[in-house]
Amino acid sequence: MHVNTRIMPVEFEYLEPKTKAEALEMLAKYDNVKVLAGGTDLIVKLKTGADIKVDYMMNVKEIEELNYIKLEDNLVKIGAVTPLSTIENNEIINKYLPILSEAIKAMAAIAVRNMGTIGGNLCNSSPAGDTIPPLTVYDAKLILAGKQGTKEVSVEEFITGPGKNILAQDEMLVEVVVPAPKENTGAAFIKKTRVKADISKINTAVLMERVEDKCVNCRIAMGSVAAKVVRILPAEEAVRGQKVDLNLCQKAAQIVSDEIKPIDDNRSTAEYRKEIARVIVEDAMKIAWQRSGGEKIND
Amino acid sequence: MSEINITVTVNGTKINANVKPEMNLLKFLRSQGFYDVKCGCEMGDCGTCTVIFNGSSVKSCITLAAQADGGTVWTNKGLGEVDELTQKLQKAFVEHGSIQCGFCTPGMIIAGKAYIEKGGKPDRNEIKKAISGNLCRCTGYKKIVDAIYDVAEQMSK
Repeated sequence: MHVNTRIMPVEFEYLEPKTKAEALEMLAKYDNVKVLAGGTDLIVKLKTGADIKVDYMMNVKEIEELNYIKLEDNLVKIGAVTPLSTIENNEIINKYLPILSEAIKAMAAIAVRNMGTIGGNLCNSSPAGDTIPPLTVYDAKLILAGKQGTKEVSVEEFITGPGKNILAQDEMLVEVVVPAPKENTGAAFIKKTRVKADISKINTAVLMERVEDKCVNCRIAMGSVAAKVVRILPAEEAVRGQKVDLNLCQKAAQIVSDEIKPIDDNRSTAEYRKEIARVIVEDAMKIAWQRSGGEKIND
Repeated sequence: MSEINITVTVNGTKINANVKPEMNLLKFLRSQGFYDVKCGCEMGDCGTCTVIFNGSSVKSCITLAAQADGGTVWTNKGLGEVDELTQKLQKAFVEHGSIQCGFCTPGMIIAGKAYIEKGGKPDRNEIKKAISGNLCRCTGYKKIVDAIYDVAEQMSK
């Protein structure tokens, strides 16, 4: 069906709070408020006629107190409206959370990353969202604020399905908190697309913590293979405490491939996703292991 | 729904107007006579509507005019009058034959400018990444990359 994207088939009032407190007040006061950050997903969705109820559009991008990246007590803290392009070029991120930067660099076009925000990518809650697997393996916590107070949830708890999350009508995501990975930890992110700037056909993030030649902690997250980004616990279990070699990487990658239940859609097929999952997880494990200081794994 | 009053500085001129909240920046610019900003796919895919907003390249079709309130916007034509780098790019596009129908050109030049300004090197792969959000259906991209490469090389000397 042809969609006329020249028309925005909705009408709304525009709100522009200058502070977090003001934004929370507006969320509590009005019904059907949609939070607008960069708008790079939301406006496209509205134009293509997605079923989104919006009477008030609240632009939070101007709230300066939610735009920051800082390191405090070994925690990397990122304000929800920090633009993606700021994060990808930030020194703290590149030092402590390199695969978040890699994942963002692999997202969309520069002109989109200049507007898009990390909070927006999380709240859009796409199963293919590229910041989600890295934040999942880094064990990020999301701070949700409401007028009643704040709460902290993991990324896995936050997202419940395609485009769905646990945010209540009067709540908003204000901060992403990521514990700085320990020494001897390495991570990798790989995504497969048809051409650069596409939405992922499939993506994965792997994090491995090394003690000598053993992996003591492993986290594997897969995107675009389920209704939301998922961790593959049986594969993580198979790696934990083991000596890392080619055999182990292949075994874990096979478990991932067997565990996932992807679907056919307009970007790829279930068959291809199951097959390529094995390949990218094996590759990501090899990279993560080497980055953790482990010996290079040759084929 | 009630209109809102916005003030946007476009190509150095302050413009004050009442707009509907759902009007995008692209329509606002064109309604104010900035026809060098082209309207392509209108959903953030093709990149021909790219402008410089508060110092960064953005796709004006998926930015609300309201979001630009209090901000600064530069279009390809406006930059061509004052910005040396843009002038060099425009000249290089002509010399390299990077323009056929010309519809993608305003966006391509803005993308090229943003790339070089951020310290982009003459590196064909990096240039391709930088213009990956801009579609061209005529040239096959080679000549566009050639032109941006040429200017990046001049600037890095």
